[in-house]
Amino acid sequence: MEFAFASAIGVLTAAGVYLLLRSRSFDVILGLTLLSYATNLLIFSSGRLVTGKPPVLRPGVDPILANFTDPLPQALVLTAIVISFAMTAVILVLAMRGRSDNRVDHVDGNEPKDRDR
Amino acid sequence: MLHLLLATPFVAALIVALAHRAPRRVIGWLAAAAPLLGLALLVPFTGAVMDGQVPRAVVDWAPQIGLTLDVRLDGLAWMFAVLVLVIGVLVVMYARYYLSARDSAPRFFAFLLLFMGAMLGMVLAGNLLMMVVFWELTSISSFLLIGFWSYREDAREGARMALALTGGGGLALLGAVLLIGQVAGSYDLDVVLASGDLIRNSDLYPWILGLALLGIFTKSAQFPFHFWLPHAMAAPTPVSAYLHSATMVKAGVFLLARLYPVLAGTDMFFYVVSTVGAITLLVGAWQAIFQHDLKGLLAYSTISHLGLITLLFGLSTPLAVVAGLFHILNHATFKASLFMAAGIIDHETGTRDMRRLGNLRRYMPFTSALAIIAALAMAGVPLLNGFLSKEMFFAQALEIEGHETMRQLMTAAAVLAGMFGVAYSLRFVHDTFFGRGPRALEADPQEPPRWIKIPVEVLVVACLAVGIAPAWTVGPFLVTAARGVLGDALPSYSLAVWHGINMPLLMSLAGLLGGIALYFGLRRLFDIHAIVRESMGRRIFRINVERLYALANRFTKAIANGSVQRSLLLLVLAALVLALAPMLGEMELPARPVLTSLPLLAWVGWLILIVGTLATLAVHRDRLRAVIVIGSVGLMVSLTFVYMSAPDLALTQLLVEMVTISLFLLALNYLPRESLPARSSARRWRDGTIAIVTGGGLAALVYAMMTRPSQTIAWELLSRSLPEAYGSNVVNVILVDFRGFDTLGEITVFGLAGLIVHALLRRSRMAPEEKVAGPPMPLPMAADLSQLLFPLALVVSIYMFLRGHNSPGGGFIAGLVLVIPVLLQYIIQGMEAFERRLGLDYVRCIGIGLLAAAATGLAPLLMGLPFLTSGHVEPVLPLIGEVPLASAIGFDIGVYLTVFGAAMLILSTMGGIRPSLTRQAYRGPILRPNPAEFRGRRA
Repeated sequence: MEFAFASAIGVLTAAGVYLLLRSRSFDVILGLTLLSYATNLLIFSSGRLVTGKPPVLRPGVDPILANFTDPLPQALVLTAIVISFAMTAVILVLAMRGRSDNRVDHVDGNEPKDRDR
Repeated sequence: MLHLLLATPFVAALIVALAHRAPRRVIGWLAAAAPLLGLALLVPFTGAVMDGQVPRAVVDWAPQIGLTLDVRLDGLAWMFAVLVLVIGVLVVMYARYYLSARDSAPRFFAFLLLFMGAMLGMVLAGNLLMMVVFWELTSISSFLLIGFWSYREDAREGARMALALTGGGGLALLGAVLLIGQVAGSYDLDVVLASGDLIRNSDLYPWILGLALLGIFTKSAQFPFHFWLPHAMAAPTPVSAYLHSATMVKAGVFLLARLYPVLAGTDMFFYVVSTVGAITLLVGAWQAIFQHDLKGLLAYSTISHLGLITLLFGLSTPLAVVAGLFHILNHATFKASLFMAAGIIDHETGTRDMRRLGNLRRYMPFTSALAIIAALAMAGVPLLNGFLSKEMFFAQALEIEGHETMRQLMTAAAVLAGMFGVAYSLRFVHDTFFGRGPRALEADPQEPPRWIKIPVEVLVVACLAVGIAPAWTVGPFLVTAARGVLGDALPSYSLAVWHGINMPLLMSLAGLLGGIALYFGLRRLFDIHAIVRESMGRRIFRINVERLYALANRFTKAIANGSVQRSLLLLVLAALVLALAPMLGEMELPARPVLTSLPLLAWVGWLILIVGTLATLAVHRDRLRAVIVIGSVGLMVSLTFVYMSAPDLALTQLLVEMVTISLFLLALNYLPRESLPARSSARRWRDGTIAIVTGGGLAALVYAMMTRPSQTIAWELLSRSLPEAYGSNVVNVILVDFRGFDTLGEITVFGLAGLIVHALLRRSRMAPEEKVAGPPMPLPMAADLSQLLFPLALVVSIYMFLRGHNSPGGGFIAGLVLVIPVLLQYIIQGMEAFERRLGLDYVRCIGIGLLAAAATGLAPLLMGLPFLTSGHVEPVLPLIGEVPLASAIGFDIGVYLTVFGAAMLILSTMGGIRPSLTRQAYRGPILRPNPAEFRGRRA
């Protein structure tokens, strides 16, 4: 399980970074989305991988770590998901405005010279 | 009471700044009231201080770092406080008549009072850290004062220079104080002063001494940092009179006196301080002879006198210290009056250039008489106060023990400095008040108004009184101040004008005659008026500042040349290096990690995630397909959360996924369908390598982390959740209670993101990428069905919200659940029709949500409980029965409204962009824009 988790994060990160380094705004946004998946999973994994023990207290069950998984990384990731949604919206709009105002969708706001392409 | 004394100037500064509409007379009185009140407050303590007591008042400021607001009034502090306040009153009075109608009097007096307060705080500080704080405040407020005429280039430059040098010195001083605190174990002045031996014997002593002296020398304009002082003359004259006689530059020598018991007594101190003092004394005095500006001459003379005081402290004998303190008082008196006189002359004649002045005694005899007396005091002529402290200095120079060469050098320096001092004083008097002139003036000079002369008169009378009857006038002052530095072991000395014919008197006489000879000799040999000296320090300062700017520019250009792509690359590389460096050193995996197995179904999910990610990569240029494929990745991530006991996360991820995909689709309407291919294959390889290293590194990091035992505070969160926050869904409890303050910040960010999108798109018009011809396509889904679904979804949302505190759900999730049916209504009914019918203002929704969250957080404060403390009620409602309610639900309502409002604001603004007026659509791949067309559009 640990191997699967680590490798998934690795692949997500690698793909995310590669797309992040592209020159087109939409590719960069896709890369950021993948990267935020990877980051959320990374933070999540700091609570270790536990199945079938959601951190919702039940009557008659002692509130100890043996019975429930770590709730703190979950709380962190929950807000991270929502915030990354907000940031995605902002950069999408920036990309749209960039395209509309500069007539290109290059992240630098203008098309580089041919010899640099 | 003592704190009141310290607060007075600051309060007055505030009042003056606020009362800027009051007439100038009132403002003048308000400003003068502060130092007068301060003096009145000082009176009750005077007796005690003179008896050797040390009144003190302490309030904690930041006790964690040893910083207290500690007002300590010993003899030295008392003397300086009196000096600051008395000269302060006179300067306020002088400035009241000096400032022209164009200058803003409230601004001037507010700055002046601020400076006065800073100075007072520095001399009264009983805690070294507090002293540094006020020391910095003097640097800042003097910057404001020097640059008061901010429309003048030279004023701005002078202010910048003063700030750079004294601010840099302040930094060094902070270092010294921190080291002293480390050695002495406290910043308390009593403790520090008592641990002189400890500090002198510590290994850190050279550092402490060096850093402290750097602070002192920059502030007191000692060679080679002296050059800022003449440039600070661009300030209005009252500022010069205040800063450069009694206060700002005296702060340095005050500190020297304050730390004298701690730092002095070593050879290092003796040689460094007395040598620097002697050089400054001579350089300042020599340069003063060749200044043509009245204030310039006074500025260099000030440098020279500060050198003298520094030199006296450097000699490190008790008598020299007394002489140093005496000279501080004397110099403050005659220099303040001279600056004021120079200001009057400037005011009446319109120039301060001695080459154009002359013979002024005919036009303004009274002012001339005052200025001449003060100048003679500066020269050290008998029966005036300057003579006495100079005598004491000569005597001390002759009595240096154990350093024969030093004694000879110092004696020679003393006589030379005496000569130079007489020469420049003579130049001041002769060039201004005697001889021929004045030349090419715009107005006929005449005596100034009565009131502006009073401060000068008071100071000149003081010069005379001290000079004629020192023991009666200044005696008690000096004893008190000396006790503040030296303790009770005071040396015996006699303050008298006549000590019989002895060596110092002969040296004085030699200086006097030599000075006269030097001045007239120089006049005869050279044309003094034609000599123009450029300030070397200023040139070096300028060159260095320019170099610094150039360096900063080059550095900025190297790392951020305006290309986002490049910045992102550097960012990733920097993160990579930072993360890899520690990993390479001590990366060891546990020998036999405890691994858990994964069922087959989960492996299938893993495979889908990996394939989905790689497919996204493969098809990323075809954007629509990429969005669809990336959706599958998001889905797998939420399934992971389902499997790994995180129901809240799974729900949130799923909902966010849906909304994000709609966002992508809305945005794609205005973005090209396809990406252009990447530039070169070399670049692709490079990026691919970076990506693989980053991904591999992160995977290794995660693996290493997960195979280690975890240390967590989860047990505490779990056990406190129900009894303290009344909720059994611990994740939600953390969000709305334990870490509620974070959540408040996060929903604020979320709300702001909504507002940013709104602001960016509200007024813009855009052409979609393609315009599909013909009527709108029919929806593939029955509109009636979604009408039915809408209330149902509303109920689900509210249900999700209400149960959130105890089961998976809560504000974040409920807010997003509500978004989806509303979005559906937008699609079915059309944006305008729906908004007309429902009429929700999303911006207001965000605002109400944030307010609700903040109000719930603040409510416990009213009851004296910490921010966001939870309360709990269990009302019994008819029919429904007992309903457990935690007060955190109010906070969650805020989260709910903000998340819903911001998400809807984003979606509705993106969906409601108005079409471009000029073009129907962009088409096809993007080509390089035609520059001509581009320019036309901008214009």
